[in-house]
Amino acid sequence: MTRRAQVERIVGVVALATGVVAVWLGLLVAPEDAVQGQVQRLLYVHVPAAWVAYVAFAWVLIASVAYLLGRDLAWDRRARVGAELGVGLTALAIVLGSVWARPVWGVWWTWDARLVTTVVLLLSYVGYLGVRGLSGDPDVTARRAAVVGVLAFVNVPIVHFSVLWWRTLHQPPTVLQPAPAPMDPTMLATLLVGVAAFSLAALWVGLRRTRILAAAAPPVAAPLGASGPIRVAAGGQR
Amino acid sequence: MPRTSRSGVRLLVVAAVALAAVIAVASIGLGDNLVYYRTPSELASAPGEPGERIRLGGLVVDGSITHLDDGVTFVLTDGTADTTVVHRGDPQAVFAEGHGAVVEGVLAADGVFRSDLLMVKHSNEYRPPDDAGAGP
Repeated sequence: MTRRAQVERIVGVVALATGVVAVWLGLLVAPEDAVQGQVQRLLYVHVPAAWVAYVAFAWVLIASVAYLLGRDLAWDRRARVGAELGVGLTALAIVLGSVWARPVWGVWWTWDARLVTTVVLLLSYVGYLGVRGLSGDPDVTARRAAVVGVLAFVNVPIVHFSVLWWRTLHQPPTVLQPAPAPMDPTMLATLLVGVAAFSLAALWVGLRRTRILAAAAPPVAAPLGASGPIRVAAGGQR
Repeated sequence: MPRTSRSGVRLLVVAAVALAAVIAVASIGLGDNLVYYRTPSELASAPGEPGERIRLGGLVVDGSITHLDDGVTFVLTDGTADTTVVHRGDPQAVFAEGHGAVVEGVLAADGVFRSDLLMVKHSNEYRPPDDAGAGP
């Protein structure tokens, strides 16, 4: 087995183990909430999904910049995988949030700034993936996607700060703020294990997906020389 | 410099549509909701048009919850001003005194806010039920 395959295997196993522990903690060990009761356990999946989505989008930013600097399509593939993960996790966070909101807030949905900006975040990266389908030229696609990948990241701090900048139904942050709000230690530990489980699972999926995309990509010419990228005349065939 | 081509125009169209969609979602979705609810003080100083449907938010005053035949009445406060709310319908289990609530409805002429949608705005604190420090 190659080293890469070994790393993938290990990440997968650790992710699975962490996931099992996270489920056990979330369902059986963590106490119910004084105000919200049992339904508050959705915290242990809703919040990790949202946070790991932010990380995935940060990865899109990093990989997009890396592509723009070196024009290596491997970075474009990595950026794309990050966006796929981020879109899936954001959609999951929205659905889980809705299920949580119905019994607690009393509504499945509302147009407050946190929810609206999260939808905009989702649409931005769906747009990133959509932009990729416009051109048959991998370098043109990669360049356009990279620009979108950099610009779209502005949505992440907007979503995070939406509950502080505007008056919302969604409560302000508990953990991700300078003066964290009171949180039972067992609950906090359970949340962090959930974040670890989601992160490892996302990493495992990301590694596999990147490998699959790399295997499917057409062979590239020799590495770029000091003279810079080889320019192909517009309309030329690769 | 890329040559103007079908794909270039297509890209512009996609970008324009995407931008329009984002702006539409943001403005329709946010719009009035940028200020998601008014506080009792704001409502007192600017009651709005008669019959105007608005949202009011605040803390449910301890001891103010009284159940009625077809709903519940309680008082919302922002620490400075209070508004009495009469809500039609039964509140969800999470609704309780000492916690936040946002109601949607109409401010009646008698100064009572008559609502038909009751949302609970819970705090960012998480603690188990037996904790002595539990509070708003």
